[in-house]
Amino acid sequence: MSVDADTVKRIGRLARIKIEDGDVEKLNGELNTILEFVEQLSEVDVTGVEPMTSVAPMALRRREDKVTDGGYPEKIVANSPLSEDNFFMVPKVVE
Amino acid sequence: MTTDLTRLSLAETAKGLKAKDFTSKEVTASYLYAIEKAEALNAYVAVTSDQALDMAAQSDEKLQKGEGGALEGVPLGIKDLFATKGVHTQAASHILDGFKPEYESTVTQNLWNDGAVMLGKLNMDEFAMGSSNETSYYGPVINPWRAEGSNADLVPGGSSGGSASAVAGWLCAGATATDTGGSIRQPAAFTGTVGIKPTYGRASRWGTVAFASSLDQAGPIARTVEDAAIMTTSICGFDPKDSTSVDMAVPDFAAAVERGVKGLTIGVPKEYRMDGMPAEIEKLWQEGLAWLKAEGATIKDISLPHTKYALPAYYIVAPAEASSNLARYDGVKYGLRVPGKDITEMYELTRAEGFGREVQRRVMIGTYVLSAGYYDAYYVQAQKVRTLIKRDFENVFNDGVDAILTPATPSAAFGVADQEMKSDPIKMYLNDIFTVTVNMAGLPGIAVPAGKDGQGLPLGLQLIGKPFDEETLFAAARVIEKSHGLDFTPNKWW
Repeated sequence: MSVDADTVKRIGRLARIKIEDGDVEKLNGELNTILEFVEQLSEVDVTGVEPMTSVAPMALRRREDKVTDGGYPEKIVANSPLSEDNFFMVPKVVE
Repeated sequence: MTTDLTRLSLAETAKGLKAKDFTSKEVTASYLYAIEKAEALNAYVAVTSDQALDMAAQSDEKLQKGEGGALEGVPLGIKDLFATKGVHTQAASHILDGFKPEYESTVTQNLWNDGAVMLGKLNMDEFAMGSSNETSYYGPVINPWRAEGSNADLVPGGSSGGSASAVAGWLCAGATATDTGGSIRQPAAFTGTVGIKPTYGRASRWGTVAFASSLDQAGPIARTVEDAAIMTTSICGFDPKDSTSVDMAVPDFAAAVERGVKGLTIGVPKEYRMDGMPAEIEKLWQEGLAWLKAEGATIKDISLPHTKYALPAYYIVAPAEASSNLARYDGVKYGLRVPGKDITEMYELTRAEGFGREVQRRVMIGTYVLSAGYYDAYYVQAQKVRTLIKRDFENVFNDGVDAILTPATPSAAFGVADQEMKSDPIKMYLNDIFTVTVNMAGLPGIAVPAGKDGQGLPLGLQLIGKPFDEETLFAAARVIEKSHGLDFTPNKWW
């Protein structure tokens, strides 16, 4: 499988990365090089093989469903480029 | 005070501090001076001098009273991937500009609990994506090693290039590092240092900037096998804050270092003998086997048939997980924000400017292989192949193999801005061909210096172990360390 210029732009939109028009061709070539390389996986017979979900034979731990942390919103927003009253500030999203 | 204190191993430093031969303040000051003089290596992205001297003073108080932990007063460098409270933590990326976490990673907290002193944060490939430490926003790290008779700059490997360069260049007694596809072992091999990736689940991932969560594992880069063992004991341990952390006692790894290899069976996988492998790598491998045999190990030819599929499977799984993990960098919660006309444009401009080229490429590959219609063909197929890779290892371990010996890398360190690597991303990816299988199967792997190439550059061998059997790796690596009879000290030019 390979990608074309339109797909590169679409992936950019999905990944929320602005792709400049002048960059599409080069990126297209690089992505196809990588996709060609991983293509060899399709030759492996995986009949009856389960996809790996965990490298260690263990189940995820569960804990009691109760609040164990929190109460410091000022720390949460401390690194925000823009915040006010312990809220993250973003451009208007609802008209 | 003399800068010679920087030439001691971590074990010698800890011992000397406990014996009051010198103080932590003296050692720490020596390292800070060495760091100041080593700007040419570009190993550090932030030096925390004041904090280091404060921590050293606290350690000295304890040492004076005969108290303190295993690493009391020992100065370490910390990869920029580990969250350090109030201190530069950017994964060497532009997108995390100015980020100073409000919390401490479990790995670094464990080291501080044992008394270690932080010298600063170490350069790395951006978000740990790279094999040459050239993708850092802070510029490439330079290897302290140079080819005989040459002044050309060489890469230290990646992604933990700052860690490897700092350890090899006497800029810290030991360093933390992380390994997703070979990022501890490959730079260790390129710099004549020892690096171990413990079994997945041994060291907590909490507070470590995530790249590919099912593959990421922290470990040390150190000057000797014993040093690596001491650090591994400190950083590992159960952590309820990481859901994949394994609740299992951590042995005193240093106690296993001199155990020897008598009676062990060492596997030699035929699939690691690649076409066009340089003769000197083959020779190194044979020497390593001879040394282990001379110390009483049995050598056994084995087969790991799915080896060649590990790297392509990695380049689906790792970018897929990265595209998901890196979704959090959106210009809202931390770091860089580039304004746009609406929120979507703000996201797109922030991520276009904040992520470097290699990171963008991987996020896009990951986004593509997870997108509607391609998920089964790429991601599910890769995870099935991963099951087969793990099964290969299980089969040989069940057949009585205790550890596997392979080369660590296909070559010695290459030049900065290597044109061939630059023009073809796959060429760069092939650096991890011998190391990536270990991450895919969640196994422990250690790289240990074992020889030099025709230009006098270090070459490493890799030992792969059973899950949670790092002890055998330390013991076998120590045999190689004792057998090579070489000096892995770079000539100081910086």
